[in-house]
Amino acid sequence: MQASAASSGLLSCGACTLVSRATPAGVAQCPRCGCALHFRKPGSLGRTWAFLIAAIALYVPANTLPIMLTHSLFGSQDDTIISGVVFLWEDGSWYLALIVFFASIFVPLAKIIGLAVLCLSVQLRVAWRREQRARLYRLIESIGRWSMLDIFVVALLVTVVQLTALASVRAGPAALAFGAVVVLTMCAAQSFDPRLLWDPAKEPDERRAAA
Amino acid sequence: MNRAELLACPECDLLQSDSAVPRPHKALCARCGAVLYQRHDQGLDRSLALTATALVLLGVANAFPMLSLELQGERTDATLAGAVAALWSQNMQLVALLVAFTAIFMPLAELLALAWLLAPLRFGRRAAHVRPLFRLLQFASRWGMVEVFVLGTLVSYVKLGHLANVEAGIALWAFVGLMLVMAAIDAHFDPRDLWEHAG
Repeated sequence: MQASAASSGLLSCGACTLVSRATPAGVAQCPRCGCALHFRKPGSLGRTWAFLIAAIALYVPANTLPIMLTHSLFGSQDDTIISGVVFLWEDGSWYLALIVFFASIFVPLAKIIGLAVLCLSVQLRVAWRREQRARLYRLIESIGRWSMLDIFVVALLVTVVQLTALASVRAGPAALAFGAVVVLTMCAAQSFDPRLLWDPAKEPDERRAAA
Repeated sequence: MNRAELLACPECDLLQSDSAVPRPHKALCARCGAVLYQRHDQGLDRSLALTATALVLLGVANAFPMLSLELQGERTDATLAGAVAALWSQNMQLVALLVAFTAIFMPLAELLALAWLLAPLRFGRRAAHVRPLFRLLQFASRWGMVEVFVLGTLVSYVKLGHLANVEAGIALWAFVGLMLVMAAIDAHFDPRDLWEHAG
């Protein structure tokens, strides 16, 4: 069995990665960068679940309410995220439709499901496919930011079109909900401690104390 | 400090000895494959040069329009600040703040923190307030989303192309450059070098 830093009584700094010895008293501070040191992120699972549940709740209005309201001489139109993708697809810009579908629909959903699976796997103490789960976490952490795409698109369209006489574009209520989903899922991914995936299943007391 | 030779993987906590990776190379965790650190020749000097470049590009990106729309002789420019203001005026203050935060303030904070930390080292001095600025740097690089914003601008460009004449502005090119330079900073900057020199 390979030794983890925590099982050797060593703390690694989450900010600057310096390894230092744990002291018995109080909250330890990294001697190099001054950050608080923990064996595992405190309350990691609870915080991740809290952010996830909030994200799930907001995911519903983000997808059912309109994200963009367009008024023009040819009538008005309310676009949800999905109808925007469908519009792009039917318009022949299938490559854009794929990008927006991936960033706005697939990524947030995959992040929520993936993090829930990771949390459950830690709570049920399964030793199943640790390396794949570690890779899943890395993937979730790196693709999460791309969900902001739709927010930026709405911001730019609103700006360019708002002043023309022919049409006006306004941001819909889903923009707020969707922005919140992106931020909440990013916070959830940061709250999760991937080191929990590798902790041995045998010592629940030690882990409970650490988490 | 002798324990500096010990490394703990940030993602799986495996304790391993630093095998003194030759430059330029990446050290990967033996168990889970996470990047432990990367080293580069003159990593700090290059990071500083790239940071200066990026600051200039960020200035240009904020001063000029991203996209211009021409409809029946009427021309509208969309600058980044204009986009934030437009969302704000539509009662979308939180979304406006989110855009300002991720596309303007966090990239700016990341670059200023890097410049503050790296420039004194270049002249053989030690930077003041290393600790809080290092933390700011890490926070800002996580929440700055220049590359996502570039893709968002391209998507908007194509979407608007169906409506009217759209022109890509100078700021769009500056943002593309900024995206590339910031990726290069990520590849060259190794916090370990910083701590070695900043003490």
